Formats: sequence, structure tokens, C-alpha cells
Amino acid sequence: MSILQIKDLIHQYITYGEKEEENQTVNAVNGVDMSVERGEFIAILGHNGSGKSSLAKHINGLLQPTSGSVYLKSMDTRDHEKLLKIRQSAGIVFQNPDNQIVGSVVEEDVAFGPENIGVPTKDIWSRVAGALEGVGMTAYRSASPNHLSGGQKQRVAIAGIMAMEPECIILDEPTAMLDPRGRQDVLSLAGELNREKEITIILITHDMEEVLLADRVFVMDQGKVVMSGKPKEVFAHVEELKGYGLEVPFAAELAYELKKEGIRLSDAVTTREELVEELCQLV
Amino acid sequence: MSISLEKVSYIYEDNSDIKKPALIDVDLEIGEGEFIGIIGHTGSGKSTLIQHLNGLMEPTKGRVYFEGKNIHAEDYNIKSLRGKVGLCFQYPEHQLFETTILEDVCFGPMNFGASKEEAEEAAKEALKDVGISEELFGKSPFELSGGQKRRVAIAGILAMKPEYFILDEPTAGLDPEGRVQLLELLKCLNQEQGITIILVSHSMEDIASYVDRMIVMNRGRLEFDGDKEEVFSHQEELEQMGLSVPFFRHLANDLKEKGFPVEGEILTLEDAKRAILKTLKKEQTYD
Amino acid sequence: MIKDITIGQYYRSDSILHRLDPRVKLAGTLIFVITLFFSKSSLTYAASLLFLALMIGLSTVPLSFIVRGLKAVGVILLFSVVINIFFIPGEAIVHFGVIRITKEGVVTAVYLGTRLVMLVLGTSLMTFTTTPNELTDGLEKSLGFLKLIKIPVHEIAMMMSIALRFIPILTEELDKIMKAQTARGVDFKNGSFLHRMKSMVPIVVPLFVAAVRRANDLALAMESRCYHGGEGRTKMKPLKYCRRDLLAYLFLALFLALMIYLGFFCPIGR
Repeated sequence: MSILQIKDLIHQYITYGEKEEENQTVNAVNGVDMSVERGEFIAILGHNGSGKSSLAKHINGLLQPTSGSVYLKSMDTRDHEKLLKIRQSAGIVFQNPDNQIVGSVVEEDVAFGPENIGVPTKDIWSRVAGALEGVGMTAYRSASPNHLSGGQKQRVAIAGIMAMEPECIILDEPTAMLDPRGRQDVLSLAGELNREKEITIILITHDMEEVLLADRVFVMDQGKVVMSGKPKEVFAHVEELKGYGLEVPFAAELAYELKKEGIRLSDAVTTREELVEELCQLV
Repeated sequence: MSISLEKVSYIYEDNSDIKKPALIDVDLEIGEGEFIGIIGHTGSGKSTLIQHLNGLMEPTKGRVYFEGKNIHAEDYNIKSLRGKVGLCFQYPEHQLFETTILEDVCFGPMNFGASKEEAEEAAKEALKDVGISEELFGKSPFELSGGQKRRVAIAGILAMKPEYFILDEPTAGLDPEGRVQLLELLKCLNQEQGITIILVSHSMEDIASYVDRMIVMNRGRLEFDGDKEEVFSHQEELEQMGLSVPFFRHLANDLKEKGFPVEGEILTLEDAKRAILKTLKKEQTYD
Repeated sequence: MIKDITIGQYYRSDSILHRLDPRVKLAGTLIFVITLFFSKSSLTYAASLLFLALMIGLSTVPLSFIVRGLKAVGVILLFSVVINIFFIPGEAIVHFGVIRITKEGVVTAVYLGTRLVMLVLGTSLMTFTTTPNELTDGLEKSLGFLKLIKIPVHEIAMMMSIALRFIPILTEELDKIMKAQTARGVDFKNGSFLHRMKSMVPIVVPLFVAAVRRANDLALAMESRCYHGGEGRTKMKPLKYCRRDLLAYLFLALFLALMIYLGFFCPIGR
């Protein structure tokens, strides 16, 4: 059964010029259809301004559709009665680690979500302990978030969502402001939550190497989904991706360049291992 | 003519009176026209290092010289130094403040005593260099997209006509297209205008493709300083510092291991492509 | 440069004062400040000083850390003391032409100085021993009755705790912006007053923009985490009185009674 269904979603906003004639309507999301199954790992790919972040905010009702609909667990995001339930089921981790931490102490921040949905005090403690354990931050439970690294802050943010016992986590460019180590930490955590806790992951990114973790990829451009499929299928279309201002993983790019020179390699090369294997068969 | 650091140490003192060394005995010489990459993981001292190059930070021990003169000497004009050594911090778009893009870019040159006309001329040139078109000049910098804001902020430093240009992770948060545009701009500034570029980056691939010389910082010490080929040959040490080597070097190692011979130093996509094609051509002539 | 300000900071420790319910500490601070204002005799000053010394002792916060907090307000302190020394009329002790120092002036200045120092130390002791969250929780609970007259107590408390969380982040941001503009040739130290005021614009505008940007992000993140005001909200660490809090209240009541006695009824020390 699908956990998320998006039908004909349009999100419009108006930019105001100095005069009324200069006002412009922009369709940030322009007719998106998408369906995500429970337990999937989805990546949404697109350059800055392609509408991917706006789409993310529609999933748990932070933005309301101009037209079309978004259903999370069969709950309509336009139904205000359901919004809390929707947000409890699908949390978002945002790009800037500092701007999403509310508490002055790690454990108090993780408790923020459960407090909002009225979880009894005793259960909050066990949920916080469980969530911090799950992201490997138990040792920092009474630390100030200001003393953590970017990667650690993002893990705390993920714990804050896990403490609400969600079924889906949306990660909106969670690694854009992190160093390589922090980035690796956050990505492997996302993979682990997906495999072990069967959390549906929707990863929004413009980094191609991150997309390789996903089961399915949607490529967005100008508010529309322009490509979709398994990462391997999508990365075979190097030229098309470049046209959308994107790149492909290094291995796929090198394979593409070699193919242009007449070397026979399959379209399925996306990782270093695959490329090495195929090349070795040629000698 | 150069910037040189002589046994520079910097001790950082925080609230709890704990003294942490951020730089330890750094010796460094940066010449004109170089393209240098600085790598090191978070907290390795690389941001402290670059702030010593234009006198924003003063060493606890040691000396910094610009064109042979001690920049912290009593009679040294440190402000004029900052015009010659431009420093662009991370997320430079956060320092934009003027009502129009052109005025914001003029801000730097005018601080260094340029007249309004001179500043505007320099600003227009800098904006052209970074690829901001003329019809945007009168707009507010806050109306631009993230990538454009970044380029305007960079133009704000370029308009000061620095001889040395230091950039701290200038591509952070940009999408692939924005990243390539920016790196190509730096390359062009270096090759065509002879500006020394000092680039701090986390991306080994970007470093491998663009810079000539590399500096590796680790725990406040300068661990390596040399040609990128030479520095990247210390794969094991780099990995111990939490750093890595470029993807294509990993690939070349794997290929060699699996019995696919590749020759020469391989750091970039072009290197890898050339070497692989060469090997495969040889195979064909044997057939 | 801004790291010298210790006022409003929390000092991590595990003293009896740290463990007290924040409402008790709020009440204590209030009583201390009010009695200090009504203090007129050297006896009441002595009692206040004793009380403060006892609390500092109990808090286990090092004296050097506490005194550092005075540095920030040192100028104001010095100013008000000096004004008093020179401008209170009375019996002159020293003459320098027009300037004369009076006995009354010195006495008032000494009293005023002590009072101000005690005021700063007493209130900062409160923040040293109470986390910002406890503080806002305490305020929210203590002022809960204001809800009856439609004052959004919960929202105000939430705003306070967020402000406290973002102060260090914005201070860091300020530092970064100042450095970035220095690199663009701004000179904050030299020049006329007008010039220096003008050089604040490139600092204040980006700082303001940054604050708004962060506020926007945070509002979105809070909404995404199901925040919808105080209604139906539970707490991870609800405030509950225990025995030591009651004892502390009793102690405070005794202190207050003593101060009233010393101030208004005691025949000696006036």
C-alpha cells in the first residue's frame, strides 16, 4: 500500500514587483504526480530552484496545494483536522542544522515533538532515550546543541523526528552544509533507519552520489517531474541530466566518456566497483 | 613578491580559559600567480590559517610578511593589505546589505579610497566577470537566487582588485551547475588576470581538477605542502587524517589491483580516460 | 571580544541551588531585590550581604566567574558612583576649585555602589544556577494566572527560551559579519563618531537579515514538529515541588521577616 500519493499538485506563489503589473505568478510545483510505497527509499533530484524543496513542504502540509492533492497515509493535507497526525507521521529534516533545533539541551530538543503531540511525561523519557540511541547520540543527551558539529546536529534533528514515531522522514538537502564526515554519518543513518526500522525515506538532494542509496529517483526541473526510475536507469541518460543542470556519479560519467570513444560498456555502470569489473573484462 | 608565514602559532582562548592551539609552527610561502588548494577536516586550523593571510587574526607567536614587510609592525598599513589580499568567507552572500547590487559591489573599493566613478567602473567589471548581467545591477541583492547572490558577493571582493584571492568553501550549497561555473571563474581569474587563488575545499575532486599546489592542514599543523600529484600520493596518511584522495585515483588503484594496467598519475576524469584508452588501444594492437 | 559577558549564562554544576525549583529561585531573587531597594540602614545591608554570600557559597559557582560578570556593567556602575560622589551637596571633605567631594556624597556613593553590585550579583546568580529552559518554565508556571486576563504566557515563555537559544548563534554570526566586512575594508575602530555610526550599517543590515532568515526557518521547523501553541502540550520535565523547595520557601520567608524587622522596627542601626 502506498504511503504517499500526490496527484496533479500545483503550487503557485506571487512575486511582487514595484508596480502591480510587475507582479508575477510562479508555479514552483507544476503538476506533479507521485506515489511512494511504504518502506521505500526515494530520492528527489533537481538543481536549486527546480521546485524540489517546495514539493517536500507539501508532503506534511507545511504548504497547501494551489490545486491538486497530497495524501499521506490516505489523509488529505488540506484537512486541517488531520495536520497534526500527518506531521507526526512524516517529519522533515531541513538543510540548516542550527535553525531547526529548539531546545537548549539535546534531550529537551528531542522531546519537543512528543511534547507538542501530548505524549505523557513518562513516555517522553523512554521515547527520547530510544531516539537518541537510534541515532547514536546518547552520550550527548545533556550537551548544548551549540557545542555539536553540523553532522551531530543533524542527527539530533533526526532523533527529534524519530521520537514522534513517524513512518516517513523527509530529508531536505540534509548534507548541504556539512563536511564529508558529517555527510557520511547522516546518509548512513538514513539508510539504516530505512532498512532496520522500515521508515520510508524521501531524500531531497542535488548530489548524485547520494542518490545511489535510493530505490527510486525522481528528477525535477521547473516544477515538473521530468525523469523517474531506478538510479541506474536514470544515470544512463547522462546528456539529459546535464541538460537539467545536474551531473551523474563519477563512475557513470567516466563510463559515458569512454563509451563515446567506442569502448563497449553497459549502461548500468554507476559505481566504482562496477566500472572496474567491466573494464577488467576488456583486457 | 609573496605572502609568507614564519613559524606562526595561534592559541585560541575560549570562555572557560582553556587554551587550544589552532595553529602550530606554520611555515608557508605563497607566491604570485599560484592556484593553491587547502584541505583539512573541520577544526584542522584551515580557517584560522587563511585569516592570518590578510591580518584579520594576529599570530600568538611567529610573523606574517607581505612583500617582505611584517604586517603586524607598528607602522604597517594593514587596511591597504586587506585590499590586496581579498578574503571571501563561507556563505559570503550573508554579508550583502546595500539597496542595489551595484552599490553593494562598490562598497569594497570605496572603503579603499576609490572615487564613486572608479568604484562603479571596477564594480561593473567585476560583475561582468562573475556573469551578472547589466539589467540586474539596479536590483536589490535580496531578490536574486542563491547562486547569483553568491556571485555578487564574490564580485564585491573582486572589485577591490586583489592580487591574492582567498575563498573558504565557495561552492558550499551550490548545485552542480553553480559549482562548475564558480570554479571555472576562479580558473579564469588565475589564468587571465594572474590573480593568486587560494581555495579551501572539502571536495578532493575539485581540488584535483583545478589547483596546482596543495596544502594539507591537520590539528593545527601544516602536514603537506606541494604539487597535488605529490600530496595525493600520501593516500594512507591522508586517510588517517579523515581525508581522502580523488575518486579517480581510487579507481586507478582498484584497476591496477584487478590486473588492468594504467600508467601515470591519475587524479581527474581526463587523466583516467586517457590512461584507460591508452591501455585498451595497446590491447587492440596485440590482438 | 564578546566572550567576556557572563551575565545570563548558565554555569553547569550540581549544587543545592542548581537543584532548586526555578519558581523558588525566582521568588528568592524577587525578595532579595525588593528588600535591597528598601534597605536604608547598614544593618539591612549587612543582612543582604550575608544572604548573598551564603547563596554564592551554596551555588559552588567560582567567585572569579561571578565577578567577571561585573566587568560588563562596570562602566555604568562607576558612572553612577562618581556622579554621586561629586554632586551630592553637604559637608565638604576635599576641594579642587569648583569640584568638591562631600561626606554625604561619599556615603551615598558607597551605599549605592554596594547596592548595585549586590543587585547584579544576586540576579546573575539566578541565571548561573538555572538553565534558560528552567527559567522560562518557572516564569510560565509562576505567571500562569495572567492567562486569565488573556496574556499569552506560554507563547511569551517560548519566545524567551528561543531568544536565549539563539543569542550565542547570533553572536557568532555577528562576529563573522564583522570579520567579513573588515575584509572588505571597513574600519570600526578609527574615524569620527558619525563615520563609526555609518560603519554599523553593513553590520546591522546583514545581522537583521540573518535573524529573519533563521526565524523563518525555525518557525517552519517548529510547525513541522507539530507545534501548535501551548494547548494540549505535555512536558518532558514538568515542574514539581519537593521537600527542599518547601524548606527553601520557609527560609525565604524568614529572611523576608528579618529584613522587615531590621528595616522598620529594629531600634538600632538606623
